Amino acid sequence: MHMADALLAPAVAATMYAASAVTVGASVRTLKKDENMAKLPTMAVTSALVFAGQMINYTIPGTGSSGHLCGGMLLSSLLGPQAGFLSMVVILAIQALFFADGGLLALGANCWNMAFYGCFVGYYLLWRPIMGSKLFQGLGAKGAGRAKIILASVLGCVITLQLGAFSVVLETSLSGITELPFGTFAGIMQPIHLAIGLVEGLITSAVLVFVYEARPELIMDVASAEGESRYSLKTTIVILAVVAAIVGGGLSLFASANPDGLEWSMFGNAESGYSENMGLDEENYGISSGAAEVASSIQDKTAFLPDYAFAGSDSAAGTSVSGLVGSAIVAAVAIAVCMAGGFFRKKKEYANA
Amino acid sequence: MDKLSGAQAELREMDALAAADSPVHRLHPLCKLLVTILYIAVTVSFPKYDFNGLMVMLLYPVLLFQAAGIPVRLCFYRLRMVLPLVCAVGIANPFLDPVPLMRLGGLPVTGGMVSMVTLMMKGIFSLMASFLLIATTPIDALCAALRKLHVPGLLVTLLLLTYRYIGLMLREVAVMTEAYHLRAPGQRGIHISAWGSFLGQLLLRSMDRAEELYGSMLLRGFRGEFHYADIPACRASGVVFTMVCTAAILTARFVRITTLLGSLFVR
Repeated sequence: MHMADALLAPAVAATMYAASAVTVGASVRTLKKDENMAKLPTMAVTSALVFAGQMINYTIPGTGSSGHLCGGMLLSSLLGPQAGFLSMVVILAIQALFFADGGLLALGANCWNMAFYGCFVGYYLLWRPIMGSKLFQGLGAKGAGRAKIILASVLGCVITLQLGAFSVVLETSLSGITELPFGTFAGIMQPIHLAIGLVEGLITSAVLVFVYEARPELIMDVASAEGESRYSLKTTIVILAVVAAIVGGGLSLFASANPDGLEWSMFGNAESGYSENMGLDEENYGISSGAAEVASSIQDKTAFLPDYAFAGSDSAAGTSVSGLVGSAIVAAVAIAVCMAGGFFRKKKEYANA
Repeated sequence: MDKLSGAQAELREMDALAAADSPVHRLHPLCKLLVTILYIAVTVSFPKYDFNGLMVMLLYPVLLFQAAGIPVRLCFYRLRMVLPLVCAVGIANPFLDPVPLMRLGGLPVTGGMVSMVTLMMKGIFSLMASFLLIATTPIDALCAALRKLHVPGLLVTLLLLTYRYIGLMLREVAVMTEAYHLRAPGQRGIHISAWGSFLGQLLLRSMDRAEELYGSMLLRGFRGEFHYADIPACRASGVVFTMVCTAAILTARFVRITTLLGSLFVR
């Protein structure tokens, strides 16, 4: 789900950076208030562990494929939401910088899509209510704790991944990158991430249950899971129902085949010139191939590269061809630079030897 | 395991590249960071049909790769991460946007084809720029630059510490995976019966290690903040580099260089 730089318009990327930066600031403030520097090495070691753990292949029984670990829920249930979020940010930054997994400009969006939902939404709306609830009372203290951990991590991974995937669709569509209509794109992304989220949730719950058996004090809110409950069963169910309604309702509303709200926000609300700059073409947006003739007739009239003509050239095609020739020259220069560099380097190595 | 040892090798390679010496390596890390962010922002801001305008941006990474003495091919291995998602998003464009923009020797070039290629180019160019940054700047110098930008010290220290421990964890997980596979031949991944205990055991050990680590940090006088690399004050070279690159990048964005260049040859 790591987004690359190319999938984001600068305006969207900057917005997501701002949102993530505010969350980082708030998290750092909360952690500093605790004055608990002992947590820092634990955060570092745990995030390094999650980073390495994401590379382990877990065989899914009955299928030939394998699943992977979900970082956000695991980190926030071990470290708390604020420390978990910062650890996730660091993991994403290292993946972007050293492994080209996600981009430097897209880091803000990636932090939001993967860390914010996984840590804050997953913790405050799912983990804590479920762990503090009176669910599974019949299973005894240990059994109830185990069942709650499984329920919370599976639900948490599924829901936060759905939110993340939906954000990817929203950000890409707002950036005007893909020709896919919004509903179709969401229709592809959401089911895929439902399956991924389920497997990730099961792996996360397996790891957490193991830790719970051995060292329960390492897991957040375990005391409330075993001792007196902070939330009654009714409160928990109400919280879960609200979450389900928001997620389900919100997603189906946006993913409907006729995304009026989104189109309004993309075109109706845009400042003059913005949609052009972003490469958005209102008349042509989301039109299926069947209506291509209509689109082309409209497009003939709208002449969509108006700033492309330059003095001395009268035909639009001539401008494009000269542009292409220019591009070819740039490419040739680039190749020449590479070859010259390689040539000189080899010579230098030879001279050194 | 392949993925784990691959990641270790990549980390080692980046460290080795960043430890080399060249005019680009010697530039102030903050200057490089700012120029890289500007370059990527400008690159992705090109309109989706503006392939020709975008091509000029190729020159910045290519020239700096040469100045840094790093072969361009090194970063292409990393494209395997970037290109799949970019392609998945862009692959539908040729089908959904079949309006011909121009004809090239009788063959129609449609808007969808141009926008797909442009999208891929944007992905490749921004990858090259960020690779260049990290291949010429050691992590501690980068962290020092981030501190100069007032990124919270807690986050920067965490970044540095995590980076230090990633190598260790990768090695540990690789050893565990190998041991597991030797005892469970013919299995491709971790069996469901060991899903929890495999990483869980490492997690427990790591928590103990973190406590020892914190103890040793305290004994060495840790008071909540690290001392980062001593990066010298920004010299004239850094200022000149930043100004020249900013001017060049903005010129490439707002002047149609390729079209002007091509018009010398084609009327």
